[in-house]
Amino acid sequence: MPTRLKWLSIVRSPVGATATVLVLLLALLAVFAPLIWGAQAEAIDTSGTQQGPSAEHLLGTDALGRDVLARVLIATQLSVALAVIAVVIGVTVGTLLGTAPSVLPRWAGRLVVGIVNIAVAFPGLLLALFFAVIFGVGTTGAVLAIGFAMAPGFARLTQTMSAAIAGRDFISAARAAGVSRLRVLIRHVLPNIAEPLIVNATVAAGGALLAFAGLSFLGIGVQVPAYDWGKLLGEGLNRIYINPAAAFGPAVAVIVAGLAFNLLGETAASVAGGRVTIGRWTLPPRPQPTTRAVPAFSTVSVGTILSIENLRVSYPTPSGLVHPVRGVSFEVREGEALGVVGESGSGKSLTALAASRLIEPPGVVDADRLEFNGIQMLTAPEKTIRGLLGTSLAMVFQDPMTSFNPTRRIGSQLAEAAQEHQGMSKKEAMKRAVKQLQAVRVPAATRRAEQYPHEFSGGMRQRAMIAMGLMNSPKLIIADEPTTALDVTVQRQVLRLLERVRTDTNAAILLISHDIAVISQSCERVLVMYAGRVVEDLPTAELYTGARHPYTRALLEVVPDLDTDREQPLGVIPGRPPAPGEVPLGCAFAARCPLATAQCREADPELEIHRDKHRVACWNPVESDTRVTLPELTAAAHTEAAPVATVGGAQ
Amino acid sequence: MTSTMTETVAAPTAASRAGISPWLTFAVRRGGQFILSLWVLITAAFLMIHLVPGDPVRAALGMNAPAELVEARRAALGLDQPLIVQYVNYFAKLFTGNLGVSTITNEPVAHIIATRFPATLQLALLACLLVLLIALPLGVTMAVVTRGSRRRGLELTFAIICVVFAAIPEFLLGVGLVYIFAVNLGWFPIAGNDSPLALVLPVVTLAVGPIAVFSRIIRVEVLSVLSQDFVRTARAKRLAPRKIYIRHALPNAMTATLTLTGLLLSGMVAGTVLVENIFAWPGLGTMIVQSILSKDYPVVQSIVLIYGMGVLLVNLVIDIVLALLDPRSTIRES
Repeated sequence: MPTRLKWLSIVRSPVGATATVLVLLLALLAVFAPLIWGAQAEAIDTSGTQQGPSAEHLLGTDALGRDVLARVLIATQLSVALAVIAVVIGVTVGTLLGTAPSVLPRWAGRLVVGIVNIAVAFPGLLLALFFAVIFGVGTTGAVLAIGFAMAPGFARLTQTMSAAIAGRDFISAARAAGVSRLRVLIRHVLPNIAEPLIVNATVAAGGALLAFAGLSFLGIGVQVPAYDWGKLLGEGLNRIYINPAAAFGPAVAVIVAGLAFNLLGETAASVAGGRVTIGRWTLPPRPQPTTRAVPAFSTVSVGTILSIENLRVSYPTPSGLVHPVRGVSFEVREGEALGVVGESGSGKSLTALAASRLIEPPGVVDADRLEFNGIQMLTAPEKTIRGLLGTSLAMVFQDPMTSFNPTRRIGSQLAEAAQEHQGMSKKEAMKRAVKQLQAVRVPAATRRAEQYPHEFSGGMRQRAMIAMGLMNSPKLIIADEPTTALDVTVQRQVLRLLERVRTDTNAAILLISHDIAVISQSCERVLVMYAGRVVEDLPTAELYTGARHPYTRALLEVVPDLDTDREQPLGVIPGRPPAPGEVPLGCAFAARCPLATAQCREADPELEIHRDKHRVACWNPVESDTRVTLPELTAAAHTEAAPVATVGGAQ
Repeated sequence: MTSTMTETVAAPTAASRAGISPWLTFAVRRGGQFILSLWVLITAAFLMIHLVPGDPVRAALGMNAPAELVEARRAALGLDQPLIVQYVNYFAKLFTGNLGVSTITNEPVAHIIATRFPATLQLALLACLLVLLIALPLGVTMAVVTRGSRRRGLELTFAIICVVFAAIPEFLLGVGLVYIFAVNLGWFPIAGNDSPLALVLPVVTLAVGPIAVFSRIIRVEVLSVLSQDFVRTARAKRLAPRKIYIRHALPNAMTATLTLTGLLLSGMVAGTVLVENIFAWPGLGTMIVQSILSKDYPVVQSIVLIYGMGVLLVNLVIDIVLALLDPRSTIRES
C-alpha cells in the first residue's frame, strides 16, 4: 500500500476519524481562541464573582468574575503547547539516549543502556517529581520534568527498534561497505524508526496533557497568572461545592483532548502495524442439523460403537462459510482398528474432533447421524454426553509436549479424569494413575507421576497420554497422529502399545495419520480422505493390491521402500490439495489426477460400494494391476508438492 | 549496540555451559541488577539536591534569611564539604538509618517517613488487592464468554467501558467520587483517614483505572491459554468447564498476571501521590508535594528514595516468584 493511502485509512475508521477531527479542532482552538475570546477571559467583573452557569456565562465565573468557558477555550493553547513541547523534549532526549550506544565507545554505550534500563523501571510521575525538584516549581520546570520523565521510555523504544533494524541486510551491507556508524545511524536507522516514534509520540502527547493537569492540580505545574487546564481545574475543584461547572469544564477538556491524542496514536499504530481491520465479519446463522426423523430404534447394526452419516464441519470466514469436512460417513465397530489417512488439510483431524464433540465455536458441526454407543450426540443433553464420552471415549493427541498442562504434575492430570467420572477420591485416582502408567510401561511410575510434563521425554509423554485415556474404560480410542512427533523406534513402540491396549481391553481404535505405512501396519481397515471427503474405504489387507482410487494409489507410490533408488529425490504427489474455500465443482482430486476426464471435472463422484467391504468415490477407478505413474517431477513441482510420506513410515 | 547485546547474552550462557547451577546464575544476575539499580537510585537522590540551580538552602530559607543562619544550615546539612566527602557521608548515614532533618521543622526525616509510610502502604496494598479481586475473575469470565468470537456485542461494550475508565485520570475520578458520594450523598467522609469508611473512596479511586486495564489484559492472556492444546486435552477428558478454567487455564495465565501485579504495585506509587492529595491522606504523597513546594529538600530526597526502593523491591520479588513458578524460563534465560 502506498504510504499516503496507508495513512488515509486512519480517517476511514470511525474512531480514527473522530480522533483526527478532535485533534484538528484542538489545533484551531489553540491558534485562534486567544484572538476571539481573549478580552472576555480577562474581563474582571467584581460584581459577578463565583457565579454558577448562566446564559451569559455557560460555565459560570471565577473568583474575579471572569468567564470560565472563555478561559477553558483559551487554555487550550498553553495546555496543548506544553504537552507538545514536553513530548518533543522526551522524544529528542530519548532518541539521543537510545541511539547513543551505537556511536559511543562500548563502555559508555553499556553505561547509557544500563541507566536507561534502570530509569524505565520507575513510574513516570516519580521521575517527573524528581525533575520538578531539580528544575524548580513552575511552567518551565514542569515542561522539563515531564519531558525528561518521558525520555527513558523513548530511549528504550529507540534501542529496541534500532536493534531490530541493525540485523537487517541493508545495515549489514552498509557496515560492510565501511560506512561509519554515525552515518549508518542517521542515513539508515533513524529514517526506519521515525514512523513508530511519531506514532508513539502522539500517544504520549495525550499522556503529557494529563500529566500537566496532574502537576498543576498538585500545585507544582503552571503558576499564576498563566493558566492551563490543570490550573483551571485546580481552581474549579477548590470551589466545586459552589460551582461544579467550573471544575467540570476543564475536566472534560482534559479528558477529551487526552483521548483524542491517544486514539489518534493508537489508530495510527494499528495502521502502521498493518493491524487495521477491513470490515467486521459476523457469524452466519448456525445451520440447523437436518431434522430428518431419527428412527426410535437404532438402525445401526449391532456391534457398532461409532456411526457417522453425512458429517459436515463448517467455519465462517470473511468470504463466507467454508466446509473443511463435507459429508463424511463411516462406522467403527467394537474392537476394530480403523485408520484414516490423508494429506494435511484433508479434514481427517477435524472429522475426529467432530466425532468426539470437541469442535468449538465458531466451528459448526452437523450430520444426519452422529451416534456413539447408541447415543445421538447432536441431540442428547450436554450432561449425558459428558458422562458418556468421559468414560467411554479417549483421545490421544498429536503433540504430547503441548497437550499436557505444563503447570501440573502428570499424575494429577491423569487422576482428574477418574475423579471426574468415577467419583474416585484423589488418593484412589492417583493409585490408578500410577497403575495405568505402569500398564503403558512408563518406568518408575510412582516417581514419574510426581513429575511435570517437561521432565518427560516425547515418547514417555505419549505413553502417559495413552495412559490418561485408559483411566476410565474407553470403548473407543481416537488417536490423532499419535506418532508424528516421535522418532522411528519410539513410533513403533507407541503403535505396539496401542495394539496391545486394543487386544487387552477390546477398545476400538480410530487411528489418524498422514502416513499410510503406519496405518497399513496397525489397522484392519483404512479410510482415505481427500479435501474433506472419504474417497476410499477398504480393508488394509487389500490396500497394496486392491486400492482403486488414483489418490490412494498415489499415496502408496510415494512411500519409499527397500527397492527405492536412493539417488532419486523422494517421490511426491505434485500440486496441493484444494483449500477448503476453493473446492472445485467436480472431483477435488481431478486437478492432480493423471486419469482425470471431463466427467471428473464436472461432477463429484459418490462414495459407492465397489465390492464387499470396499467403497470408492471415483469415476475412473484404477484396474487392479495398473500402475499409476505420477507425472514426471520438475524442479518447480518438487518444491511445491506436499510430501505425504516420510522415510520413517516405510520401515 | 549489537555487540553489547550479544555480549550480555553470551556471558551467562558460557557460565551455564561451565556447569554452574542456573539458579546461582539467576541469583547473581538478578541480585547484581538490584544492587546496581539501588546504587543509581541513591546517587540520583544524592545529586538531586546539588542539581537544584542556585543555593538550595538560600532557596529554602528565603531571600530575607540572615547570612549566618544560611551558613549554619549549610554546615548542618554538610553542604560546605567537598562533593565526594558529602557523597560518602550520605551513604554512611543511609546505612545507619539517618536521613537528615527537615529544613522546615527540624524533625528527623526518618521519623516523618516512619509515621507516614504505613498510611501510604495501606492504601496501595488495599487498592492492589481490590484490583486483583475484581480484574482477575472479570478478565477470566470475559475470556470464557467471548472466546471464539462469541458475543461480539458484549466484547465491544466491555472494551469501550474499559477504555473510557482507563482514560479518566485518578485525580479527576477522585474528585468526581468525592462530589457524588461524600458531598452529595454523604456516605463517606470527604477526607482524612479517621475511620475505616474513609478508606473506601481513596482505594476505589486508585483501583478503577488499573481494573479497567488489567481485566482486558487478563482476558487476552486467558484467551491465548484457552486456545492451547492442553485445554483441548482437558476438554477431551470431559472435565466440568469450571475445572478447565480454574485448574488448567488460570495457572497458565499466572506469569502474565504476576508481571502485571508488579507493574501495578509500582504504578501505585504515582497513583497514591495524587490520590493522597485529593483526600488529604496523611501519607508520603501529601508530604512529598508539601516538601517540594516548601523546598524542604532532605524530605523530598528521602521520599523519592523510599518510593524508588519500593519499586525496585517489588520488581525483585516478582522476578523471584516468576522464576520459582516457571523454572524452565529461568534456566532458558540463563
